[in-house]
Amino acid sequence: MATVTAEQVEARVVETLASFGPDADQISRESTFEELDIDSLDLVELAQVVEDDYGVVLKGEDMKELKTVGDAIDLIVSRAE
Amino acid sequence: MSDADSNGHLPSRRRVVVTGLGAVTPLGVGSEMLYSRWAAGECGIFDGAGACTDFEPSEVLTVKEMRRLDRFAQLALVAAGEALADSGWDRELPYDPMRIGCIVATGIGGIQTIEMQHDVLRDRGPARMSPLGIPAQMSNAAAAAVSMKFGLKGQMYSVASACSSGAHAIGCGLRMIQYHDADAVVVGGAEATLTPFGFGSFNSMQALSPTGISRPFDARRDGFVMGEGAGVLVLEAADAAAARGAKVLGEVTGYGSTSDAYHLTAPEPSGAAATRAIELALNDAGIGPDEVDYVNAHGTSTQLNDAAETAALKRALGEDRAYRIPISSTKSAVGHLLGAAGAVEAVATVKTLTARVIPPTVGYEVPDPDCDLDYVPGEARPLVMSNGHPPVALSNSFAFGGHNVALVFKGAQS
Repeated sequence: MATVTAEQVEARVVETLASFGPDADQISRESTFEELDIDSLDLVELAQVVEDDYGVVLKGEDMKELKTVGDAIDLIVSRAE
Repeated sequence: MSDADSNGHLPSRRRVVVTGLGAVTPLGVGSEMLYSRWAAGECGIFDGAGACTDFEPSEVLTVKEMRRLDRFAQLALVAAGEALADSGWDRELPYDPMRIGCIVATGIGGIQTIEMQHDVLRDRGPARMSPLGIPAQMSNAAAAAVSMKFGLKGQMYSVASACSSGAHAIGCGLRMIQYHDADAVVVGGAEATLTPFGFGSFNSMQALSPTGISRPFDARRDGFVMGEGAGVLVLEAADAAAARGAKVLGEVTGYGSTSDAYHLTAPEPSGAAATRAIELALNDAGIGPDEVDYVNAHGTSTQLNDAAETAALKRALGEDRAYRIPISSTKSAVGHLLGAAGAVEAVATVKTLTARVIPPTVGYEVPDPDCDLDYVPGEARPLVMSNGHPPVALSNSFAFGGHNVALVFKGAQS
């Protein structure tokens, strides 16, 4: 997992979030989940993708702290290192 | 919540009118497609199933709605959108949202979701199941989706009584308004069970037609043809609808419901409880059999139902009258929509009363001695009104479990 880059994670997170509803070009690191209409159910699905792809386990308490897409990317990258 | 006075007495029952109709059925997207194609003698059944092939979710739903909703709830949402627009509710709700109820029934619920998630459970384990699994399959998911999309904040729930679910929803909505618990209620039913589990299970029961033909009351009938779809009606208190100048499509005047307490799947042969449901509905409407101009039958195309329904109609209406009332089955054109059937058939019934033209029992040709009433063979015919009043129709729904529901509708003044 050491080879995972922030760019790769960002691309995967944006792709996954876009499959939940928002347009991909709407999604940036600064976007809040609230403005993207991404809720706790969506974040659980995102966590499943992240675990499958990067072996990173995100629990409910981890997700509660996430406000922006960038928060999620940073958390995943830090855990994957 | 009721407007009871200090002694607990309720004010008099309010009249309840229909102001909006919506449907997605095997005959197309829209209530007019359902009615006009049925009236033209068309049938939406192909290869032994009534599928909503013209319904393309991505054209009418957002990505989020498609992902979050099982097909039965998607169908309900689209039918509800049509019904609310028909009522002129699409720009803004005409009442306090807390005074608008929402009852969208289903017989089975989100079975496609259950089947897909069960595959995930078996193949990848419980941790990979979607968090949307339960909320998408739950029986109240369609009601919840309609409530959320349109901001309906009064009483909201689903009812489940298999193939009479949609009719029960209308009865519950009628009472909710009559007893002042709501000013309006969006009612309906939805079903999408054209899945391996659905076909396999109904096949094992030997309930489905092996020939794949839905021909209610015909001597050659050999089982029902499963269909999918949704029907939604907007019901409003007549006084409130008049105050806002609403277009009135008809009135729900009677509701009666009983149970057979007899067998899990077979109707009680004498039809005594079904008869009683029809009598209760007529009493509720304050009319006698002579005032019924049309019967929209449950008419499933099974040997047992169609014979038992015929017997019940004769007992409830009296033989003389029963032979003179035209009876047709929507299922001849769309198949059996299970929990959506009662609602879709109510939509078709109101349209029949509005158009004053009775669609036929499509494909009916060979009489059965046990089914000897007038099932409107061949083609549509003009609806003849007794005494020149707005026409009145009875709509029946019966179901596995022994449910019997009868509804009475009155057409609008022409």
